[in-house]
Amino acid sequence: MSPLQIIFKRELAGYFATPLAYVFIVIFLVMNGVFTFDLGGFYVRGQADLMPFFSFHPWLYLFMIPAIAMGLWADERKTGTIELLMTLPITLRDAVLGKFLAAWVLCGAALLLTFPIWITVNYLGDPDNGVIVAAYLGSWLMAGSFLAIGSCMSAMTRNSVIAFILTVALCFVFVASGSEIVLNAFNWAPQMLVDAVAALSFLTHFDAISKGVLDVRDILFFLVFMASWLFASAIVIEIKKAN
Amino acid sequence: MIEINQLTKKFDDFTAVDNLSFTVREGEVLGFLGPNGAGKSTTMKIITGFLSATSGTVKVDGHDIATDPLAVKSLIGYLPEGAPCYPDMTVLQFLDFIAAVRGFSGEEKQRRIDKVVRDVELGAVCHKTIDTLSKGFKRRVGLAQAILHDPKVLILDEPTDGLDPNQKHQVRQLIRNLAKDKIVIISTHILEEVSAVCSRAIIIAGGRILADGTPKELEARSRYYGAVSVQLTEDFDLHRAVATVSEVSGVEVSDVSGRRHVLLPREGAQIFSKVLDLAQNERWPVAEFHLVEGLLEDYFRSVTQGANARVETSDKRTGATQ
Repeated sequence: MSPLQIIFKRELAGYFATPLAYVFIVIFLVMNGVFTFDLGGFYVRGQADLMPFFSFHPWLYLFMIPAIAMGLWADERKTGTIELLMTLPITLRDAVLGKFLAAWVLCGAALLLTFPIWITVNYLGDPDNGVIVAAYLGSWLMAGSFLAIGSCMSAMTRNSVIAFILTVALCFVFVASGSEIVLNAFNWAPQMLVDAVAALSFLTHFDAISKGVLDVRDILFFLVFMASWLFASAIVIEIKKAN
Repeated sequence: MIEINQLTKKFDDFTAVDNLSFTVREGEVLGFLGPNGAGKSTTMKIITGFLSATSGTVKVDGHDIATDPLAVKSLIGYLPEGAPCYPDMTVLQFLDFIAAVRGFSGEEKQRRIDKVVRDVELGAVCHKTIDTLSKGFKRRVGLAQAILHDPKVLILDEPTDGLDPNQKHQVRQLIRNLAKDKIVIISTHILEEVSAVCSRAIIIAGGRILADGTPKELEARSRYYGAVSVQLTEDFDLHRAVATVSEVSGVEVSDVSGRRHVLLPREGAQIFSKVLDLAQNERWPVAEFHLVEGLLEDYFRSVTQGANARVETSDKRTGATQ
């Protein structure tokens, strides 16, 4: 096994060694149910698709993902295990990626466990399953992007509550950056900057994917976004090493 | 071999390690002594690659920690201060993780884990989560992960802190057994530990080396070296009794009963036989009479308390030469 795999395995096992993974998955499923059936009007709409299910994901992730991400590095700093980890013969890249991937796979597992809703919609009607698969993929990519922001925020502090709050705030900016609230705050800026901010919106890219429009640019957006924030995490950890 | 050259570490405007240079060779067990905040842990964190130095170099077996950290890290076994371990893992899971990261697999991995569990006596708690262990066991788990890959260099930050006397003895025994043809650096502020396990001691304060030598040599620099300890059975004016011996520089009362005295020699003087003769001739009421070999603790105090003054004068000196 490569160091990356070993870190990944330890982190993933770590989630399941505590109630954290189970609590996360159960709450995620319950919230999804509430959002889809009550707020989303799954039955009332009378359409065989999962739009009400997916359209709430950005808002659900806004609170759920930072809760997973906040401990990534802050807890290691708090318990001192970061000193153990960073003096083992592994690269910083392996540590950052291994931790991130473990958390991302946990999110993926929670997402996969929503499959009953997919069965339901197939039982009730004749949905476009291609669109649903694309939407699942988009949702997972978006979860990864939230996580990558969280990884960076968690690397900055030894206090996981601070990491949580910072992550929620930043994620909100990126979820809503296509909306009036955020764009109005940029009304002084040149149109190019406003467009650039709007282009960073998770909602825009996620909506596109979840409608079944698999544009390489949308997928690439999320992948580059994740890579950038993970790179930033590594830089933050490297800077902390000097201080 | 570890070569530390002009190592400096600054945190904002606080200098934790100040132009530190020393070399440690195979077979040496180096005790790193110093008051709290002297820069012991910081130095260890730089050697192990957890912190980066502000300036200066650290080389382990020729590999520079700044340019080739993986090579250095694989040579070192490190017990950080407080022995942090992942609290949610069981002891075996944790050691398995460490062994895997250290590049062992299959039978070799199992053999290493079994050996270290035996050496550090963790058998009874193998399947418990680290969170639930007592302080002593946690420390031993930390020690186990440090020695698992039989490292060439062992760096232990306060390995016996918080252990009971039996456990301390055990850990020291373990360190002594491990020390052969390895480099061991331990930091401690328990001075008896240095005499018990170290072949060399460095005293640092304010990030600078104040003394460097074998524990015996450092003891010999204590003002108690060659002193005579006298326990009296009844009140007796010892001050007047030794007034005639010019080699005795002073008399200290060293316990609450007021009957244990220490006679201090003038520098380089031998007073034991003279005082013994005198005691016999004048029939002192003596219960116990012995030679003091020197106290590391006393030397430590005198050298670290004077540290600030010393640093100032040496600053002036370097200022003058520039």
